[in-house]
Amino acid sequence: MSFPWANEYKPSHPAMVWLDEKLPLPRFVFNAVGAGYPVPRNLNYMWNFGVLAGFCLMLQIVTGVILAMHYAADTSVAFNSTEHIMRDVNWGWMLRYAHANGASAFFVVVYAHIFRGFYFGSYKAPREMIWLLGVVIFLLMMATAFMGYVLPWGQMSFWGAQVITGLFSAIPLVGDALHTWLLGGFAPDQAALNRFFSLHFLLPFVILGVVILHIWALHIPGSSNPTGVEVKSESDTVPFHPYYTAKDGFGLAVFLFLYCAMLFFFPNALGHPDNYIPANPMQTPAHIVPEWYFWPFYAILRAFTADLTIPFTHVVLVPAKLLGVLAMFSAILVWFALPWLDTSPVRSGHYRPTFRKIYWLLVIDVVILGYCGGSPAEEPFVMISQIAAAYYFLHFFIILPLVSLIETPQPLPFSITESVLGKDVETTPAPAE
Amino acid sequence: MVRLISALIGAFFTLCLLIAFGTGLISYIKEPPAKTVEAAFHKHPGELALQSDGAFGSFDRQQLQRGFQVYKEVCSACHAIKYVAFRDLKELGYNDPEVKAIAAGFKVPVYNPGTGELKTRDGVPTDHFPPVVYGGSGTPPDLSLITKARHGGASYVHALLTGYAEQPAELLKKYPESKTPDGLFYNPYFANLNIAMPPPLASEGQVSYKDGTKATVDQMATDVAAFLVWTAEPKLEKRHQTGWPVLGFLLFASVLAYMAYRNVWADKKH
Repeated sequence: MSFPWANEYKPSHPAMVWLDEKLPLPRFVFNAVGAGYPVPRNLNYMWNFGVLAGFCLMLQIVTGVILAMHYAADTSVAFNSTEHIMRDVNWGWMLRYAHANGASAFFVVVYAHIFRGFYFGSYKAPREMIWLLGVVIFLLMMATAFMGYVLPWGQMSFWGAQVITGLFSAIPLVGDALHTWLLGGFAPDQAALNRFFSLHFLLPFVILGVVILHIWALHIPGSSNPTGVEVKSESDTVPFHPYYTAKDGFGLAVFLFLYCAMLFFFPNALGHPDNYIPANPMQTPAHIVPEWYFWPFYAILRAFTADLTIPFTHVVLVPAKLLGVLAMFSAILVWFALPWLDTSPVRSGHYRPTFRKIYWLLVIDVVILGYCGGSPAEEPFVMISQIAAAYYFLHFFIILPLVSLIETPQPLPFSITESVLGKDVETTPAPAE
Repeated sequence: MVRLISALIGAFFTLCLLIAFGTGLISYIKEPPAKTVEAAFHKHPGELALQSDGAFGSFDRQQLQRGFQVYKEVCSACHAIKYVAFRDLKELGYNDPEVKAIAAGFKVPVYNPGTGELKTRDGVPTDHFPPVVYGGSGTPPDLSLITKARHGGASYVHALLTGYAEQPAELLKKYPESKTPDGLFYNPYFANLNIAMPPPLASEGQVSYKDGTKATVDQMATDVAAFLVWTAEPKLEKRHQTGWPVLGFLLFASVLAYMAYRNVWADKKH
């Protein structure tokens, strides 16, 4: 589907005409990211992150496939093969740093993309399916990143795998059996490393598949925009190419600059020193911390320190560990329900004064959670993360639905054109495209 | 209905968290966690200035050679650097015959699978530094990656090597049970304060440098720390040299892309 005024693909070269009749691939590209896709004219820089996330995925796949040519998924040589890549493979150090920092960059842009969605209500009808697929992508990314971090088989790889796979053992009755079955043993070892490598290679292509669905679903209603007002007429939109290819090109160049600055000058700043120590099952590190992008959720997991008991007895209803696991997964799964929890008819946070306040509170809350998640499990961090986690749940499960019910939004512009030009019609004739 | 279910779930988790917070707070007030001896006396390394620091950092090959000498004459008695190959030493400025001579000075284990015999032979440049057989107490870690495997990196190595001291009287008074056990040595830069390694750099002139540099304990510790930066990240110099043109190009590309963006949008208010 597209808007009636979308440019039609008209190949002029006979070869392209021939191809278009047999396999309309150029037409497909033209309609997806070319001049055939009309996009709201008022997108701000927060709309750059979707393209950047797609770029990061391709970057991870390309660097990852080459790294896999030199890596060996065997507990006795995995660490050595990583060092072999760093020392003896031509430009291996650059590939590995590009991949490791690429994962961080991917999460930076995806978090920006998600929080843009939160603020501008991108999850609301008719874009629920885009949002749901996006949350699926995020979950797949977390699984992929976790398994990738295990591969170098350093201390933090091993103990991180120990802690995270240990979450499954919290499931009542079947937990222990499931845990052993998933790992292929009682602790992370050869079987686990091998299957993690296999899945780490597979999942990015699954992500790619879901990304295609995500973009397909996007092209049904078209992109949202900062006003949250739907496209009404041709003057509300510009063709994706050249307008947004140019803007995304600029965004990509700036992104690459910052990413390369990390890669070449602070490649280990986001890593943990312990992962340069080979895995040792006999020696637990002082503090087991995951990579920074898991910190907010790790803080929620660790915030549940008390069993749920029948009051005034010692009968445990739900052990603390299970509570933590349930809460951590709920903290992400609640995003699936967002389109139905936030019932305000106004999409954009620009026109929702109360929502805007709780939005920024949430951002601060998540940063605090992140800080606590990266800190040792000691006081005062545990108590702070308990309060911060409580606010996180209050925000999504209670405050947000309530605010969307009682808030009086500010008046919306009549159209995108009006919000840009101050009037609803474009008087200066737009040049022929 | 969705909102009702959500409110119940949210209230449930919030309640659990508040109970956990309450119990935590009560026990925190009743018996505040005592400061551990490590928290009270552990010291963080100060700054160590090396030529390899910063975005323009490069290797001081003279210093790396001195550091290698310290490693070879002192550290290598207990610590291996197994990820480093002898051929890598050419990067320190040694020529082929020198590398061959250094390699030949190390015994490399050879296992004969036919006979089950374990023998040694002289090292050749393609060999890695051999494992070190150590029979004492403690477990000397491999040093190849040590500056990347410890918070503080080279500064930590330098601080640890020069940080041996008598146990402070205040520590013994406050934590009498934390008296350094026999066979261990007090070092406030070590995570648990007591390290099995005896002070390796004990006196000035322990190593006699060929380039005439005065071998003070501080100098030897600095040199070996610099050497271990190289063993951990031999491509550091190459990385910095590659990084600057890349960033220069990307800056240029950003400016160009920005101008293209402004140009394309010139006729379109947005």
